[in-house]
Amino acid sequence: MKKTTPRSDIIDALSLHDLCRFCGTEETWVVELVEFGVIEPKGSVIEKWRFYGPNIARAKKASRLRRDLGINTAGVALVLSLLEERDEIRRRLARYEFD
Amino acid sequence: MKLTWIKRRWPRFDSLVLNSSSEGLHMNYKDYYKVLGVARTAGADEIKKAFRKGARKYHPDINTSVDAEAKFKDVNEAYEVLKDPEKRAAYDQLGAEPPRGERYQAPPGWDADYAFSESGTAGGDQDFSDFFETLFRQQARPSTGMPRDNHAKVQIDIEDAYRGANRTLTLRTPTVGPDGRVTMENQKISVTIPKGVAEGQHLRVSGKGEATGDLFLEIAFAPHPIYRPDGRDLYADLPITPWEAALGGHAVMPTPAGRVDIRIPKNARSGQKLRLKGKGLPGAPAGDIYATLKIVNPPVSTPRERALFENLAKEISFDPRAHFKGS
Repeated sequence: MKKTTPRSDIIDALSLHDLCRFCGTEETWVVELVEFGVIEPKGSVIEKWRFYGPNIARAKKASRLRRDLGINTAGVALVLSLLEERDEIRRRLARYEFD
Repeated sequence: MKLTWIKRRWPRFDSLVLNSSSEGLHMNYKDYYKVLGVARTAGADEIKKAFRKGARKYHPDINTSVDAEAKFKDVNEAYEVLKDPEKRAAYDQLGAEPPRGERYQAPPGWDADYAFSESGTAGGDQDFSDFFETLFRQQARPSTGMPRDNHAKVQIDIEDAYRGANRTLTLRTPTVGPDGRVTMENQKISVTIPKGVAEGQHLRVSGKGEATGDLFLEIAFAPHPIYRPDGRDLYADLPITPWEAALGGHAVMPTPAGRVDIRIPKNARSGQKLRLKGKGLPGAPAGDIYATLKIVNPPVSTPRERALFENLAKEISFDPRAHFKGS
């Protein structure tokens, strides 16, 4: 049992290439996510795209939904916005439920 | 399907059924038909339909209940076996019921393909049960020598995110021994949880994947007795007495960063939100803490307490249902 202390950092910015590696997907699919407005990169041209913060987690979730359930991009976009709406409603509900 | 053929195809099948060595590890028999909710005579279409339904229902990104992830894995594993006529036939050979109750004896040397464990709070991406691995995995996935990223989920306490923390994860990875055999080895890695990490964020642990690949950890917060996270903000209920609500006052919030004094305004309403600016998760900018006031009535038990409330009833003319009267 060797103990090591590797460096760990929060992923807060990824290029298109790195986001693809992170999600295990191809570039065309990430471009589609952008076209559907699921994620929004900073940067004017595709070569300079950078994905920040919640966009990274959203892309990862989208890639799992696609891989596990076979949902197409339009479906993923809808599922993600409904999930975010549901989570927000649940959080608000938790504020009013008193046990 | 002939048993001899099955044994040739999946050498471990034999040892699974026959091995009774006390060195073997126990594992639970999995009823894949039950997992998918289909009859043992179900056709391929029916199995596919049941799998899709189950996958949708238990997908851990959709279903937030604690056992959803385990159920999702079971559904996937069941389909992995039942969709494949060869695997299904081999599985059916085990019979409707396992020969020795619910437990099988696994041969020494079997192991899961790849998994993380850390007090059961971290899970690998596609790890099947020991039962499946013993039956169908002929050998651990050989390392190709190519860099491969690994992904796992870690649950941490909100307090860890405030202060930063060191956590030790146990990583099971396939390792090629000097004899060329692939064995599973436990590797302990200590991971630094950086201060200010928020739920849903990912950590990259450089070089801790396969070969020179990276290890990615998705951060989740363990349920907290007081706080509910929302991004960098934390929400909590702040119970107050009716007289604190009426007269105003001070209360102490036990925040993850320490105790903070909070001022309750005069004539506070139930449900009113008070903000502790910058006391949420650290960062640039730091999050806030929102305390929602909940007015709690004391139980009235003594004559003296009763008299006090009767006095209030007499002295204060207040009708919270005034708006009922118009209708």
